Amino acid sequence: MFMIKGRAWIYGDDVDTDVIIPGKYLRTKDLSLLASHAMEGLDPEFSSKVKKGDVIVAGRNFGCGSSREQAPVALKEAGVAAVVAKSFARIFYRNAINIGLPLVEANVCCVQGDTVELDLGNGTVRVGDKVVQGTKMPLFLLEILQDGGLVAHRRKEKQKGAP
Amino acid sequence: MPTISQKILSRASGSGIIAEPGEIVEADVDYAMSHDGTSVLAIKAFQDMGSERVWDPERIVIPFDHQIPANNDVAATLQKEVREWARVQGISNFFDCGTGVCHQVLPEQGFALPGKLIVGADSHSCTYGAFGAFAIGVGATDTAEIYSRGRLWFKVPETIGIRITGKLRPNVAAKDLALKIIGDLGADGATYKAIEYFGQTIEEMSISGRMTLCNMGVEMGAKATIVPPDEKTDAYLNGRARAEYSPVFSDPGSYDTELEYDVTDLEPQVAFPCRVDNVRPVSELEGTKIDQVFIGTCTNGRLEDLEIAAKIIKGHKVAVRTLVIPASREILLEALQKGIIEILVDAEAMIGPPGCGPCLGAHMGVIGDGEVCLSTSNRNFPGRMGKGGSVYLASPATAAFGAIKGYITEPGKN
Repeated sequence: MFMIKGRAWIYGDDVDTDVIIPGKYLRTKDLSLLASHAMEGLDPEFSSKVKKGDVIVAGRNFGCGSSREQAPVALKEAGVAAVVAKSFARIFYRNAINIGLPLVEANVCCVQGDTVELDLGNGTVRVGDKVVQGTKMPLFLLEILQDGGLVAHRRKEKQKGAP
Repeated sequence: MPTISQKILSRASGSGIIAEPGEIVEADVDYAMSHDGTSVLAIKAFQDMGSERVWDPERIVIPFDHQIPANNDVAATLQKEVREWARVQGISNFFDCGTGVCHQVLPEQGFALPGKLIVGADSHSCTYGAFGAFAIGVGATDTAEIYSRGRLWFKVPETIGIRITGKLRPNVAAKDLALKIIGDLGADGATYKAIEYFGQTIEEMSISGRMTLCNMGVEMGAKATIVPPDEKTDAYLNGRARAEYSPVFSDPGSYDTELEYDVTDLEPQVAFPCRVDNVRPVSELEGTKIDQVFIGTCTNGRLEDLEIAAKIIKGHKVAVRTLVIPASREILLEALQKGIIEILVDAEAMIGPPGCGPCLGAHMGVIGDGEVCLSTSNRNFPGRMGKGGSVYLASPATAAFGAIKGYITEPGKN
């Protein structure tokens, strides 16, 4: 019900939020500025080479460190369609869902540029003919993601007459 | 047989039954916090959600600490907007520039209370666990959700119980223990889990030390880090507590895993750049040259920390530029009254206004390309304190010895 297909960018373990978006760029509401510095601390060429719809495939503890929501925002604004990682730091996980950046927790082995296919509903990731079963996301979080994040989700509810 | 985390989350969910680890509950938040940095996006999300009034202005705490006093017109204007929003919303627990770091201000102002569910828009909100609270960090949109509805979803964590025994050697402190444990468990060693520290060493440890220990929990991925409250907790909260509180404790046998540390032979520890879990004894990097020493932050900017540093620095001139930033105005005042500030200034250290300082690399003492800082803060990720700079994390004692020597050295060695 929720499929994403994209080109893989490969990163290792413990990609922290300071490298995803350094602290000095945080004081802004300009999302394109965040996008232009995405992953700068780890891969300065990322923001100029990433294409809309690409997928990050990483190791353990992706997004560790600070609670800055600008980290998933920077990735999303830069064009990243989803993040797959062996595990996520819990604040990043919540933040990504809340701002509408899909993620799947799965141990996926692939190389830079491979095409990866995510099935969020089932929590699976396909690379070539290999399918990896990841952690299935609870339905209420999938709904938030499908609405494009928590802000849009709440607005939609309000339009339906929720308090 | 529930843990502290299970008991607090179950109580706050109002379900009347104990939630098991792995379960997702929706729970009422007792206190919520955002600072000058995270408030900006939280308010934007709050407004974008279509929310107009906050759920309870008395339960929201907003300290300004991350970029204070504002270093440019962009930060100043954003701070002005947050200040104005807080006023319009009737948030009286607003603490402007100079009051201190959020994680020091909430305990001092009596919001970090045993048994409470506290959510902060900052990853080091786990610090409040030092008072027996279940306290976690979240991002801006979750904060907007709480500001709107007062509730949030939580996954009930399993708990790693860590028993600490033995007496710490001179010049070895809670920071060294925190680093040692992070080095052993790794940066994701406690991801999604709660940690509970207990045992003889914890009972004897000051509130300040317990806060250091809990503060660093997130550096191994912990959701919450908790110390069971005791008479020391009550003594600290006496005259501060904003509400009545009911401490809760873990039942015997409720931990998912149990670890044990005997600190008797623990040496001073340092986390090497650029990983908090790259921890080795200080003795292994004897003589490493440094360009700056920074003593402060929510990890180690308390009176006890400044006192340790002053004792070591007294009578010397610092050999490298040294920045000392008390974690709060209350601490700065006490340090002034005790002559600590005089000793530090006399040694030619700089004293900054209570706040986060250069910890996050945005302001007030950032380092240059290729420079090395020996810091009492909690993170040393690449570029954290300035692009191209490296950060070694250590205790106030190790930092103070570094300040007078100009290189990293084992405390008390020379």
